[in-house]
Amino acid sequence: MIVENLRSLGHRIVNTVWRIGYASRFFMLILLYSGTSFRRFHLIIKEIFASGVMSLIIILVAGLFVGMVLGLQGYETLKRYGAESALGSLVALSLVRELGPVLAALLFASRAGSAMTAEIGLMKATEQISAMALMAINPMARLVAPRFWAGVISVPLLTALFSVMGVFGGYMVGVVLIGVDQGSFWSQMQAGVDFRYDIVNGMIKSFVFGVAVTVIALFEGYDAPPTAEGVSGATTRTVVQSSLAILFLDFILTAFMFQGE
Amino acid sequence: MKRTTLDLWVGLFVVAGFAALTVLALKVGNLSTYNTSETYQLQAYFANIGGLKSQASIKSSGVLIGRVAQISLDSDRYEAKVTMIIDKRYQFPKDTFANILTSGLLGEQYIGLIPGGEEAFLKAGDEIKHTQSAVVLEDLISKFLYSKAEDSK
Repeated sequence: MIVENLRSLGHRIVNTVWRIGYASRFFMLILLYSGTSFRRFHLIIKEIFASGVMSLIIILVAGLFVGMVLGLQGYETLKRYGAESALGSLVALSLVRELGPVLAALLFASRAGSAMTAEIGLMKATEQISAMALMAINPMARLVAPRFWAGVISVPLLTALFSVMGVFGGYMVGVVLIGVDQGSFWSQMQAGVDFRYDIVNGMIKSFVFGVAVTVIALFEGYDAPPTAEGVSGATTRTVVQSSLAILFLDFILTAFMFQGE
Repeated sequence: MKRTTLDLWVGLFVVAGFAALTVLALKVGNLSTYNTSETYQLQAYFANIGGLKSQASIKSSGVLIGRVAQISLDSDRYEAKVTMIIDKRYQFPKDTFANILTSGLLGEQYIGLIPGGEEAFLKAGDEIKHTQSAVVLEDLISKFLYSKAEDSK
């Protein structure tokens, strides 16, 4: 009994390490074939449409509501200290530094990452990928690399849109609905948010998240067992793993970036 | 290769994304207040800077006129050396007073400049001679307690 358990544990560990190695090689292959896919840029544009443009609605609406909630909750808390005028800086800082990059990436992972995995996995299950390889078309260059770059380009842009919608939502609730002074809302925001320290760091975060989410999604699809069950399992794993990866990377990056002056 | 509606949507998406970045940089961030015009540097030495940080604002009569560029400890005088970047549009007399003030009761600290009456102006790289350190709350409280103790004698 114990031996059996130990054996299965060892098998799982070896399997995990094997998959990590395979995923790293997969990532290197994507970078290797990126040049080829950039020469056929219309493939990337098609994928930006599928993953970026189609995610716009959910990102914009979510950003608006997150900003509105921040405005309400921030006002309630700040009112106790008589610091309602700091609402603008609270809303903008939490959006630009944390909520924008993290929530946009999480939404992207569940909206577009899962679709990528299902698409690639199903292509593999129906042997379209093998057919391509038979026709001497490299599936890495034709299918995987364009999707990767589309994700890496889309996520930071979606993050910027999310943050702007959030600030607008905070403005709607804070200034228009509750009646915080408009001038102090914007001036406190501009005084509190630094371009280099806050906005650039937030964009670096979202770039890293974009790479992580798309690599996980594409790898899970490419590695999925070619059955209906396998594809559904891979899609689930994509959402779970990329969400965890985003939150973990967020902690690491925050520890590096915002150590306090 | 012919243009398609798909290209239009992707183009719109990219333009909107960069527009959002610009809004973030100019409207939300303080990129616009940095390089509005040319600046010059001034130095000042303080016995205690309290909680002053670099990038803190410098105000005169409440108007933002510059930012703190650098704070370091001068090892000859054992005083804090604060380098300030001031907007070139604003010139100050040689006997200007530099105080470290706090905005509100618990707000962040900034430097307030109070111009003196001299004719000559401070030039780039000059030092502001008259400074007043930050008010440290502990000192205030201990002074208050001592004076209370004196009174009750």
